[in-house]
Amino acid sequence: MEPMRPGKINTPALTPGPGRLARRRSALIGGALALLFLGALAGCSRGGNSTATQITVAGSTSVTPFAEQLAEEFMRQHRGQQVNIQGIGSSAGIQATQPGAADIGMSSRALQTDELAELEPIVIALDALAVIVHPDNPVENLTLEQVRRVFAGEIANWRELGGPDAPITLVNREAGSGTRGAFEELVMGKGGPPLSYRAIRQGSNGSVRAVVEGDPVAIGYISLGVVSPQVRALRIDGVEASAANVSAGRYKLVRPFLFVTRRGGTPGPLATAYLEYVLGEEGQRSLAQAGLVPAPRKETRWKR
Amino acid sequence: MEALRERLIGRALLVVACSVILALAIITYFIFQAGLPIIVRLGLDDFLFNTRWQPAEEGGSFGIGAMVLGSLWVTLGALVVGVPLGLAVAVFSAELAPEWLSTLIRPAIQLLAGIPSVIYGFVGLMVLVPWVRTHLGGPGLSVLTAAIVLGIMILPNIISISEDSLRAVPAAYREGALALGATRWQTIWGVLIPAARSGIGASVILGMGRALGETMAVIMMIGNSLQVPRSLLDPATTVTSNIGLEMAYASGEHREALFATGVVLFAFIMVLNLAANAFSRRRLQA
Repeated sequence: MEPMRPGKINTPALTPGPGRLARRRSALIGGALALLFLGALAGCSRGGNSTATQITVAGSTSVTPFAEQLAEEFMRQHRGQQVNIQGIGSSAGIQATQPGAADIGMSSRALQTDELAELEPIVIALDALAVIVHPDNPVENLTLEQVRRVFAGEIANWRELGGPDAPITLVNREAGSGTRGAFEELVMGKGGPPLSYRAIRQGSNGSVRAVVEGDPVAIGYISLGVVSPQVRALRIDGVEASAANVSAGRYKLVRPFLFVTRRGGTPGPLATAYLEYVLGEEGQRSLAQAGLVPAPRKETRWKR
Repeated sequence: MEALRERLIGRALLVVACSVILALAIITYFIFQAGLPIIVRLGLDDFLFNTRWQPAEEGGSFGIGAMVLGSLWVTLGALVVGVPLGLAVAVFSAELAPEWLSTLIRPAIQLLAGIPSVIYGFVGLMVLVPWVRTHLGGPGLSVLTAAIVLGIMILPNIISISEDSLRAVPAAYREGALALGATRWQTIWGVLIPAARSGIGASVILGMGRALGETMAVIMMIGNSLQVPRSLLDPATTVTSNIGLEMAYASGEHREALFATGVVLFAFIMVLNLAANAFSRRRLQA
């Protein structure tokens, strides 16, 4: 007699007759699929529900790492509750908050007038924009005017800034980015020159930093909270980019990080608890440790 | 009972098959519905040939000329890198390689096709970008870097289809050429490649479509600069990489303009696919 091979046990379809086992198995698979589908549906309808044990916070990629850290700390204190953070960009986050697809939106740009009609912005912290270069770059200080002319493309060589004779590689963010919007407002100014169209564009703080890390003649701007030792933040008008200088009002390139909620109607207990945690002492302290500047007490209701 | 079951399964498969066509129809409808209005408003020439893209400003400017040129340069560059290399591998594998080697090459090519594009981009960023920056100048993020990596990415398309069509050339052609005293090289260059040209043409067009449509790897390596590239070492941007880069943050007219960019891309890809189909049909008739 031929020895039984294990492979044969699993092939009931080859046995004559209708194959009851196979049919039962396909029914099982079908049932499992149906369950999965229902589960997914239930998961979708959960967002925005007031008795939810899970909320979605979506928006700015600049705010995301900080919101994630706070969510982890928050969830450690509130077992069984889930705060999902999604970094999808300021505008997308704002759009997702309007219909309630997200419970809280994150934005690193000020809200536009039509958005303010439906949404309420809350400043959770201040962030400074650091203008960064490669650590080997001898240039340490630029005036705001020089930064403006560099990013407008009017100054194209480091020699003009007291550095070596080398062309400047400009690294910019993409149109619509909250960080870019803040940079335009703070550095280029209203009616100022446009940002050079020749600049390299990168889609996140991290990738701007990566380009500057690798290119000795590059210059870019990122959130102060994500400056690493592989790049160097320039002094602007002689003022070092530091949290202390931001809270003292000496460093000028500062923007708010916003949480956005729907006007009218409360955000639900879990969302409220998370908001309170972020704005409370503990949340603000850990934001400060992460390199941000705590929200000024009286300005927690930010208006453009 | 069994007949009923057969019929039911047949119907179910029909529904599934139709859903594929439905998916295509839905995608087409939504892209055109979201993107066409702004093209009509701006006029097709202004949209296509204007090179100023300043979408986020008041009364912004929406010209995708620089991106179209960027796509064109990068795709051409990818073909310059990928076609000779791919054709050489196809010829070697189909005609010259011993059987064991070509059974090794085929799965390797399939593996190459299976590598996610973000990995290609990552390797390009880590290896090629610094190399170009130190040896050739410029920021390294450039048309050249993107073109080289895309050239490698389209190899599987070019190799597999070209090889198949080379293998499909009737043995009589090969034997006839050799019998007339042609060398092996003369046989390949003068007889086999011309006989397989429609398949090779289709492979090139499919590779072109892949290069044109690639997004992630290009975003990582091209620098995404909105200038019209004046040299291979300049950073530039492509139609796809700009959509990928900006979609997350776009709203209002900016978003519409990105969908309109998608319409243009859609049209490009459709034309390429039709061309590839025409090529392969000619092959069947030949």
